[in-house]
Amino acid sequence: MGLDGLARLHGLFAAYKPPGLKWKHLRDTVELQLLKGLNAGKRPASEHRVRFLLGPVEGSEEKELTLTATSVPTLIDHPLVRGPAFTSLKIGMGHRLDAQASGVLVLGVGRGRRLLTDMYNAHLTKDYTVHGLLGKATDDFCEDGRLVEKTTYDHVTREKLERILSLIQGSHQKALVMYSNVDLQTQEAYEMAVSGVLRPMNKSPMLVTGIRCLQFAPPEFLLEVQCMHETQKQLRRLVHEIGLELKSTAVCTQVRRTRDGFFTLDDALLRTQWDLPSIQDAIQSAAPRVAAELENNLRPGLGTQ
Amino acid sequence: MALLAQQIPRWLNSIKLSSFLTAMQLRKCFPRAGKTLLPGFFAQPQLSSDDCFLRSGFKTYRTSSVWNGSQFTNSSTQEIKCAPNTLLPSVNEPSQKIPSFDSELSLEGLDDLPPLSPLQPISEEEAVQIIADPALPPSSFTLRDYVDHSETLKKLVLLGVDLSKIEKHPDAANLLLRLDFEKDIKQILLFLKDLGIEDNQLGTFLTKNYAIFSEDLENLKTRVAYLLSKNFSKVDIAQMVRNAPFLLSFSVERLDNRLGFFQKELELSVKKTRDLVIRLPRLLTGSLEPVKENMKVYRLELGFKHNEIQHMITKIPKMLTASKRKVTETFDYVHNVMCIPHHIIVKFPQVFNSRLFKVKERHLFLAYLGRAQYDPGKPNYISLDKLVSVPDEIFCEEMAKASVQDFEKFLKTL
Repeated sequence: MGLDGLARLHGLFAAYKPPGLKWKHLRDTVELQLLKGLNAGKRPASEHRVRFLLGPVEGSEEKELTLTATSVPTLIDHPLVRGPAFTSLKIGMGHRLDAQASGVLVLGVGRGRRLLTDMYNAHLTKDYTVHGLLGKATDDFCEDGRLVEKTTYDHVTREKLERILSLIQGSHQKALVMYSNVDLQTQEAYEMAVSGVLRPMNKSPMLVTGIRCLQFAPPEFLLEVQCMHETQKQLRRLVHEIGLELKSTAVCTQVRRTRDGFFTLDDALLRTQWDLPSIQDAIQSAAPRVAAELENNLRPGLGTQ
Repeated sequence: MALLAQQIPRWLNSIKLSSFLTAMQLRKCFPRAGKTLLPGFFAQPQLSSDDCFLRSGFKTYRTSSVWNGSQFTNSSTQEIKCAPNTLLPSVNEPSQKIPSFDSELSLEGLDDLPPLSPLQPISEEEAVQIIADPALPPSSFTLRDYVDHSETLKKLVLLGVDLSKIEKHPDAANLLLRLDFEKDIKQILLFLKDLGIEDNQLGTFLTKNYAIFSEDLENLKTRVAYLLSKNFSKVDIAQMVRNAPFLLSFSVERLDNRLGFFQKELELSVKKTRDLVIRLPRLLTGSLEPVKENMKVYRLELGFKHNEIQHMITKIPKMLTASKRKVTETFDYVHNVMCIPHHIIVKFPQVFNSRLFKVKERHLFLAYLGRAQYDPGKPNYISLDKLVSVPDEIFCEEMAKASVQDFEKFLKTL
């Protein structure tokens, strides 16, 4: 079980990171659980070794000593002497989530870590749901930070919010085109922009490709954001800036990633599922999709490579 | 480097090279038939002082002494083998070896046999009798190299002792290699069996407390007698020793101090203190500072009264050694967010023993469904102990009245 368990443990899978857990702890927990599963399997241990012993030859009258190969029991490979078969696993991490954020987190095991680099170079967008709270401003844009300002928010309506959001989307669209390094006058670039695949393929600041309001119940509102090259802190700052644009203030109560590239919430494994069989199944089921998507994205003719 | 290995004094005082197990200490434990031991036996000092030999060109002398009159060398090996008590501290050993070596050289001159060279043809019988086993490494980082050659190690493995854990502590590994099973280890094992520890539990016990072999049997008996005098029954003592393997390595004064401390600090009756210690014997072996800290935390920070703390501790002794930060975080959530008053927390101290994320997830799910009712007076009451202890399926079915898939979907929205 151990070795062929390890053979099926190469690839990418997604875990759901709960809020309050550091990403490194998640990675270490997953590693421990996988090691537990791998070490639980039986491993073939040789219980004999061949030694050449001096002994009398069978069926001879004189006392003649020759070397005969005999199988002698040995304890060298006994599990209590050797220790566990697996002591560490190489697990890589995709785009990180900070401690207060939650959501889909992509992990790569063994040969899958190479695919993580490919995923990074594909520069795919990510989906977030962001909960905001009107009426106060804090220093780190979170609800439990140090309070800086409190304002009223009765004047805020859904139309105003949506107007602000479309302004944001427009300005980010311009930035998108600029950082993609394409000449929009060409037919190719125009077609790409129309179909929505235009995006920068190298480093750029945070770009929001889509933002809309899902729910508005003052003081709370829920936004859905599609972005790339972001950090969760920048998303919280975005909420803060939206509050300022609305002539009020806002803090962010929850940031949750619903999609990372082609891994969605349905693929993400919950804490109770962080064990060897579930992870192996997740890797197997995600493998064809991962291969297809990465091949699509790395084909030439998509923006600048 | 290898030369230094010889100079480690017997009682392992050298920290510098404590990471190496030395073969010098193995000699006593490897009884072998005379002739077959011969090359290996002499190979060892040569191996470890290889560089010095090469420098001074002793090589030819070495091979000549090996193939020399086997009677002489046999007798010398027999002497060294049969006198284990004269295993001198290794500091003296090189000086011991080299004079005897010199004496062999001088005696060799007295013999009439000419020195043999490796290129000289020898008869078939002598060729067959060359044992060319790879010599034991003089120092190693693992006990795997020595386990087949040491009776002690073999018997320990068959008892169930995890050598792979012990070899991480080089002092312990050296100790085990030096000990003789019949003389030292057997008596202590018989003592432990008398105490009530079963055969299959000896392995885990010894893996943790390998230092018990360096304890005096009389001391161990005194400590057990002391515990018996404090009205701990034999069965209780066996259970305590099983759960806290280091218990018997503590002196009587220390045990007395610890028991006294718990009696004074917790102000429980003698019988209750005894039950507490039997349930969690690591209270006696661990440090007392965290216990004092935790008592202060419960009284001053969390605001429990002394009798409430006593009640909680008799139910969940682990609270005394729990981490202060986790306890305060759990209490903060349970008291301030779930709005559960002190007297209900006192009735269900299991909440301090469980993971905080479990409490949070289940409470948020119940709050989402509108079933977060923790007041015993009102209907649809959910008790705290059931909230934290039951497995997921039963929680979803009985308390949340929802399916496990709904719970999982909810968890993905947090």
